Amino acid sequence: MMLPYLALAAILFSIGLFGVLTRRNTIGILMSLELMFNAVNINFVTFNKFIWTDGLVGQMFAIFIVVVAAAEAVVGLAIVLLLYRNWQGIDTDHVSVMKW
Amino acid sequence: MEFKLPDYNLWLMLPELFLFVWALLVFTFDLVTKRKKESAVGYSALLGLLLTGLILALVWTGVLVPGKANGYGSGFGNMFYNDAMALFFKIIFLGAAFMAIGSSFGITRQKIVNHRGEFYGLILLSTVGMMFLSSSNELLSLYIGLELTTIPLFVLAAFFKDNKLSVEAGMKYFVIGAFSSALLLYGLSFLYGLSGTTEIVQMKINLGLVHATIRDIGVILIMGVVMMVAGIGFKLALPPFHQWAPDVYEGSPTPIAAFLSVGSKAAGLVAFAKIFVNGLIVFYDPLQAPNDWGTLVGVIAVLAMVIGNVVAIRQSNIKRMLAYSSIAQAGYIMIGMVSLNEHGLASVGYYIFAYMFANMGAFAAVAIFEDKTGSCQIESYRGLAKSSPFLSVTLAVFLLSLAGIPPLAGFLAKYKVFAAAISMATADADYSWLYWLVGVGLLTAVFSLFYYANVIKQMFFSTEDSPYKIKFALPSLVVLLMGLVGVFWFGIFPEPVLDLASDISAAFGFLPR
Repeated sequence: MMLPYLALAAILFSIGLFGVLTRRNTIGILMSLELMFNAVNINFVTFNKFIWTDGLVGQMFAIFIVVVAAAEAVVGLAIVLLLYRNWQGIDTDHVSVMKW
Repeated sequence: MEFKLPDYNLWLMLPELFLFVWALLVFTFDLVTKRKKESAVGYSALLGLLLTGLILALVWTGVLVPGKANGYGSGFGNMFYNDAMALFFKIIFLGAAFMAIGSSFGITRQKIVNHRGEFYGLILLSTVGMMFLSSSNELLSLYIGLELTTIPLFVLAAFFKDNKLSVEAGMKYFVIGAFSSALLLYGLSFLYGLSGTTEIVQMKINLGLVHATIRDIGVILIMGVVMMVAGIGFKLALPPFHQWAPDVYEGSPTPIAAFLSVGSKAAGLVAFAKIFVNGLIVFYDPLQAPNDWGTLVGVIAVLAMVIGNVVAIRQSNIKRMLAYSSIAQAGYIMIGMVSLNEHGLASVGYYIFAYMFANMGAFAAVAIFEDKTGSCQIESYRGLAKSSPFLSVTLAVFLLSLAGIPPLAGFLAKYKVFAAAISMATADADYSWLYWLVGVGLLTAVFSLFYYANVIKQMFFSTEDSPYKIKFALPSLVVLLMGLVGVFWFGIFPEPVLDLASDISAAFGFLPR
């Protein structure tokens, strides 16, 4: 019964992975990162609900991931703002001064 | 229903709690003095680290822990566990933070005018995260510790807000850092799914049972192992996940680059040791391929040594060169990490200890030079030995220690790592692939001498005269002397550190046969 949930998580994670690797827009990258974190949350809650039903470890873990992802997004948006101030744009194409 | 509170034992967490409070005090101290006190903020941060070290010593000898003879034991509902590894790595984190803050006085004087408190406070908060991580006994606290380590470092990497290189470094580090934690978490979720617990010791037992009863758990564990190796590989800058490291080191403030290369790397090593060497030890066995993580990490270590040492040769910027050298050093460390006998983790501990002094010292010298000249090009070090002999000699000593020249500490560190791998390989024919790691390590160590010696050649054997005469402030001098003393003293008299480091192996259950 938990297979659909795990499949959903895997699909979400793959979409997020694809987004992080291909998006030009840094806000898009941030959104894709959130997708990846939420795929992990679904995984944890699914395992907690269907296999390891005693205890709430998986759900607790999911809540902590939500909190930490929010903190990460705050810092990420601040850095995107710096990007905008320095280049008047938020595309990753700008961020290519240093190579090799 | 009787509800039993878990055993908190907050005394064991005293160093972390103290440093956390001190970091907040550093923030407010800078604010209430209206950001006028130029170096007092930095000195207060240094004082906080010293006091934390003192408290750590007192907790460990049991003076501050009521009812106990020493600081070992678990607290906070078994999420927090102090063992020999925690002690050893906490010393390293405190030392790295001390040297990073000590070498950043020049930068805070010139470039960071309005945010000195934040700069030092965030370094301290990141140190708290590392210390918490090294005591974590459980995947959740390990994850929280890892995030508390990296999130302040995102901010610190992008600290020069108007400098395009610094913002670029911050952006790259942020995307890579968040991406790698997502990968790591996805792997951890499968570990939880397979074992039903997040406590690492219990996980080891459960995974052993799962492994013994269900033979075919292949796919799901491969996903987990690959994801976790990738996640931690990003944090440790191991190839093929290393591309961010040179850019981030070049762009971010030099003391932060140093702190990244030592503190953050040591934190990644702790996480790796806790998850793989402790939790997944059942799957360290070539017979269990493809679930075997040992050979996977072995291949990555070979890549790290080759790519790091070869690409470093053609770098013209010294910070990028040190970044590639730190990639290579991570490769050497991983040799010790995959040698799972009583020498393996001990050699990792000694290696990172020696590496801390040498690498932080080298970065401190680079930071002093950069403060004065604004340049990080290796060419601009030409003829420096005549105009500022002390700085040149110290930088040369640190680079030689990184290259592994006796009698400096780096030599013994490399020797210990190789010896651990060879003793593992001779004991069991299944692990003869470790000989290859040692062979590649020895060969690439020769390459590494080439680019380290290049800097020394520019400083000492150039006929030109350097236009720069470097003078430095007291904290920078202290950091350089600390590095010098560490590199020489622990290279010639390594026994205390080696004893302490061999307790790490014992804490993981690798006892001498």
